[in-house]
Amino acid sequence: MPDFKFGLEVQDTERREININNYQPPPHIRQPMLFQDQIAGNITGTWILMIVFIIFFTGLIWAAGVYFDRDLAVPLAIIAMVITFITTYASYYNSDKIVLSMSQARPATKEEFPVLFNTMEGLTIAAGLGTIPPLYIIDDEAPNAFATGRDLEHSAVAVTTGLLDKLDRYQIEGVLAHELSHVVNRDILLATLTSILVGTIVLLSDWLIRISFFGGGRRRSSNDSGGGILAIIALIVIVISPIVATLMQLAVSRKREYLADAHAVKLTRYPEGLAGALEAISRDTNPLEVANKATANLYISNPLQDHGGWLNSMFSTHPPIDERIARLRSM
Amino acid sequence: MWGPLIVAIALVVIIIFMFVGIYNRLVNLREMIRNAWSQIDVQLKRRHDLIPNLIETVKGYSNFESSTLEKVIQARNMAMSATTIEDKQQAENTLSGTLKSLFALSESYPDLKANASYMQLQEELTATESKIAFARQYYNDTVNVFNASIKTFPTVMFAASWGFSEQKYFEVVDADREVPQVKF
Repeated sequence: MPDFKFGLEVQDTERREININNYQPPPHIRQPMLFQDQIAGNITGTWILMIVFIIFFTGLIWAAGVYFDRDLAVPLAIIAMVITFITTYASYYNSDKIVLSMSQARPATKEEFPVLFNTMEGLTIAAGLGTIPPLYIIDDEAPNAFATGRDLEHSAVAVTTGLLDKLDRYQIEGVLAHELSHVVNRDILLATLTSILVGTIVLLSDWLIRISFFGGGRRRSSNDSGGGILAIIALIVIVISPIVATLMQLAVSRKREYLADAHAVKLTRYPEGLAGALEAISRDTNPLEVANKATANLYISNPLQDHGGWLNSMFSTHPPIDERIARLRSM
Repeated sequence: MWGPLIVAIALVVIIIFMFVGIYNRLVNLREMIRNAWSQIDVQLKRRHDLIPNLIETVKGYSNFESSTLEKVIQARNMAMSATTIEDKQQAENTLSGTLKSLFALSESYPDLKANASYMQLQEELTATESKIAFARQYYNDTVNVFNASIKTFPTVMFAASWGFSEQKYFEVVDADREVPQVKF
């Protein structure tokens, strides 16, 4: 539990001086964006994502079918389409549970984590909400947090034990406000579905690439002359799909991080809390064991260790943390 | 000959819908303000309920300065019996100040600080204090939106005749910002 002194001073005086309009997101982000606009945008985005996913996945299976056995390509694609419909539908309704179990999160209790609950309760009051989102704990020393679910009633916020141990009360408050903003703005629906659907494509492509390099022998026995060109197209699709999927994931998450930072400060009226938290999180060198390529975009700070270089920065799911801190401190 | 009549009816319908929209928005906002106010009340009551336990716990430490405790009890009673909004604000702010003195003073009692039930009470009171601040912030934000909307066109033309009047903000009185006097 972080050591904390009775902190009325900050709450009553400094908090009030902040003008939310001073927050300057990068130029490519449209501002000011209304909550309603953002919610509508996220819902449209979710539909587009689901449709694109179904088309893409069907195409990928068709490509794989052509590559391995042409006669099976069309029936396989039809089966794939039906399966994707069902999985997309199921993902929509179970997105929070899937992501929580992927991250090995367990439900938190107020007895064990009073600061976590009290802080979140305060923030929901600030946001004018009736209930708090269910809170989860990940037993990991790396400080990090994420929000998931499809709407306010079916949402969850998970934090690591490292976050509660290493950050002070106002920093925790900043992080939770950031996550609550994602929940309120419906960012979580799009981000969670992206994680599941795009994650599936990435993992499946990885798997297909491996098979095609080590076991794609049947193609050679085919005496069909058109098979060669189709097979090349299929191979290209298999190779390109994870790249496209990753880019899709990035477009979703980067812009939303800045907006959630801005909305977090609107709730806490204390930018230094979140700025200090981001600083502490980025300084921490413990890797988060339970994060992977699929869930990385959900976290407040990229849990996968960066190795630098332009390629990495192009494929980064999060805006540079220094940039976010600087913008918070300039308020 | 029906043309102008249809246009006229359409205009009337549009205007009626506009009126209904404006009226409903104001009613919704006023409900939000009421809810926000009751949320402040819930948190203030929570604080009143926690104080007797705190006093009991602190009393156990015989050498704890009794005048500080007296002030907290007195401020709590004042706050609970306040009737007007102004009195309430004043009394609650005084209570915040006395609690702050109490916690500041307890810094010099290591045994008390290590006491489990004291630690729990301090956490709860700190959290409640923070929730009061947040509830007040939300209340003031909502009042701000409401006041702005009844003062702007076209709402300003009907707001008064519909019985909507400007709402008061929940101010932080200066007493709250006084530096606590810690005596040893």
